[in-house]
Amino acid sequence: MEYAIIFLPLIGAIVSGFFGRFVGDRFSEIFTSFLVSISAILSFVIFYIVVAQGYANNITIFSWITSGDLQVNWSIKIDALSSTMLVVVGIVSSLVHIYSIGYMVHDECKTRFMSYLSLFTFAMLTLVTSDNFLQLFFGWEGVGLCSYLLIGFWYKKPSANAAAIKAFIVNRVGDFGFALGIFLIFYYFGTLNYSEVFAQTPYFVGKQINFLGIETSVITLTCLLLFLGCMGKSAQIFLHTWLPDAMEGPTPVSALIHAATMVTAGVFLVVRCSPMFEYSQLALNLVCIVGMTTAFFTATIALVQNDIKKIIAYSTCSQLGYMFFAAGVGAYHVAMFHLFTHAFFKALLFLGSGSVIHSFKNEQDIRLMGGVWKKLPYTWILMVIGTLALTGFPFLSGYYSKDAIIEFAYLKNSTVGFYAAAIGILTAVLTSIYSWRLLFKTFHGKYSNEKIKIDKMHESPMVMIVPLILLAVGAIGSGYLFKDLFIGHESSSEFWRNSILFLKPIIYDHPPTWLILLTPLLVIISIPISYYLFLKNKKILSKYVQSHKQIYEFLLNKWYFDELYDFVFVKPIKRLGLIFWKNGDIKTIDQFGPDGFAKLVKFFSYKAVQFQNGYIYHYALVMLVGLSILLTYLILI
Amino acid sequence: MINIGLGHYLFLAAIIFIIGVIGIFLNRKNVIIILMSIELILLAVNINLVSFSIFTHDLAGQIFTMFILTVAAAEAAIGLAIIVVYYRNKGSIRVEDISSLKG
Repeated sequence: MEYAIIFLPLIGAIVSGFFGRFVGDRFSEIFTSFLVSISAILSFVIFYIVVAQGYANNITIFSWITSGDLQVNWSIKIDALSSTMLVVVGIVSSLVHIYSIGYMVHDECKTRFMSYLSLFTFAMLTLVTSDNFLQLFFGWEGVGLCSYLLIGFWYKKPSANAAAIKAFIVNRVGDFGFALGIFLIFYYFGTLNYSEVFAQTPYFVGKQINFLGIETSVITLTCLLLFLGCMGKSAQIFLHTWLPDAMEGPTPVSALIHAATMVTAGVFLVVRCSPMFEYSQLALNLVCIVGMTTAFFTATIALVQNDIKKIIAYSTCSQLGYMFFAAGVGAYHVAMFHLFTHAFFKALLFLGSGSVIHSFKNEQDIRLMGGVWKKLPYTWILMVIGTLALTGFPFLSGYYSKDAIIEFAYLKNSTVGFYAAAIGILTAVLTSIYSWRLLFKTFHGKYSNEKIKIDKMHESPMVMIVPLILLAVGAIGSGYLFKDLFIGHESSSEFWRNSILFLKPIIYDHPPTWLILLTPLLVIISIPISYYLFLKNKKILSKYVQSHKQIYEFLLNKWYFDELYDFVFVKPIKRLGLIFWKNGDIKTIDQFGPDGFAKLVKFFSYKAVQFQNGYIYHYALVMLVGLSILLTYLILI
Repeated sequence: MINIGLGHYLFLAAIIFIIGVIGIFLNRKNVIIILMSIELILLAVNINLVSFSIFTHDLAGQIFTMFILTVAAAEAAIGLAIIVVYYRNKGSIRVEDISSLKG
């Protein structure tokens, strides 16, 4: 069964990728969707067994590398953590596969698309089920590759290619740290297997290491390096710039890779390495700080963006920030819970926005939408559900997970914890405002698209709506249904068991009542506020923008991060590259190497050509001269 | 009255030969003149052969001359034929115009 979960998507990818031309579009669409759906159903079964019987298993497929001390296996590790991820990946992936049949109906490369999607699913599954860091790294790079391929899927668009390259390069920065972390683990622990590494971790607590002239503890340094990889993959502050650009890819891709699964790999890694992070308060604090900074700052950016997908992308960054600061305050299970619920409602929002984009014929600017809620009733309702769940409206899934994060941060009773709680509440309000802004501007108000007549608007086909409905069910119910399992009082002993280590006992005190009520209250209040600001009385807002142009520009330009990176990294490196190219390559190597020889040969042959002027008498003269010289030579000797 | 010896014949042949060669090189006008110059060169060779044949009392030289005359006749016929065809194709047999071998 475990084999089937992992390898069915791979089979789909191979069949669709290599034989797609022979089997046809329709067949490969259905075939890949079918295989991934089976994989998803089996994931559910596994998850059920894990929940009900505490099943845990570690299947070795075969030995991958055996070199000296380095022994790495391909394996499938099933425990609470990986089975949770399996369910998330399986559900979202299968629904996105089905949705893509409808969404990509006008595209010419359907088989390629389905193949990439399935390949991604396979890579993601190997990532979450690995039992060692190397296989994790394989999956990590595999999903990175698929992300690159899918962002640049419409390779005829230069912007899509640029975004794909950007995603790849920014991820390299993080992966560099991640790889260093893995090296460090092998150097000190002599193994890459999770269980062996984590078993040894307590013995390394006091050990120091000199890194770049700074004395730090081994565990802290390892954690920080690993976390650098997480920051890249999960688009945290400083390495977040690729995620909004990644929206150039088709919308199903954004939903699958850049919202629900791949970007959560970083969170997954931190949670997976909880036995390590638990021993380093410094690393945990840093995780927490990075998480809350990202949560806050991407939420502020999302407030003013106009591209429907970019708003949701920034929202994803922000929610990933929540997960990280949950992990940072030691509430790994809550981070996983938020990851779980977030996958549903964020995939729902993305696919919903995809449905809107599909109806608007690839228009993504929310200023050019509006007033279509009667025309797209299903999409509208589903987007409302997604928005409510995202903002943490009471009793929907986001409410349980997000409030739990804030409460745990508060109960942490440390400076970082209080900050995190405060930022969490503030960000929740911002989240609510930008989400409703998105919804009101897209579906309500005046219809303002001049290219397409409003009568021409039509609802998306059922093949796109049905996956959305399923996701909506998850967005509504997953919080309520799974909250006891994931974050209940008994969760760590009953469900998570060995997969997450809690060094200190989890505090289950009741947070003060005002805290419990505060967030939902603020979230609910912000609905009428956004309604008033974005629909009823737009003048207040535009006046405010006029008078505070600098703040608006600052947010609209994403805190000038891209410009900063462009100035600090891209331009100097480009200039350096130009110098090497012009001086080193062209003026030295080429000039004296191949080009030099070519020029020499050309010069001489040009001279030789001048002899051949075509006049026979010249040839005859040369012959005669030659003959005379030859004869003279022969006679004289 | 000077005695005409081998030297005079050879001298005559050399002069005709040189006239022929120079005729080839200095000629800028007509391809037919080149043919005529070649004919001159052959004649010079013939004179050489005949005079040596007489002075060495060996008939082979004179027989050889007969062959050369035959070949020269054939060559002249072919050369003229080529020139006629060439003129039909290119519309000129001026030496300066014939430079399609130019590299």
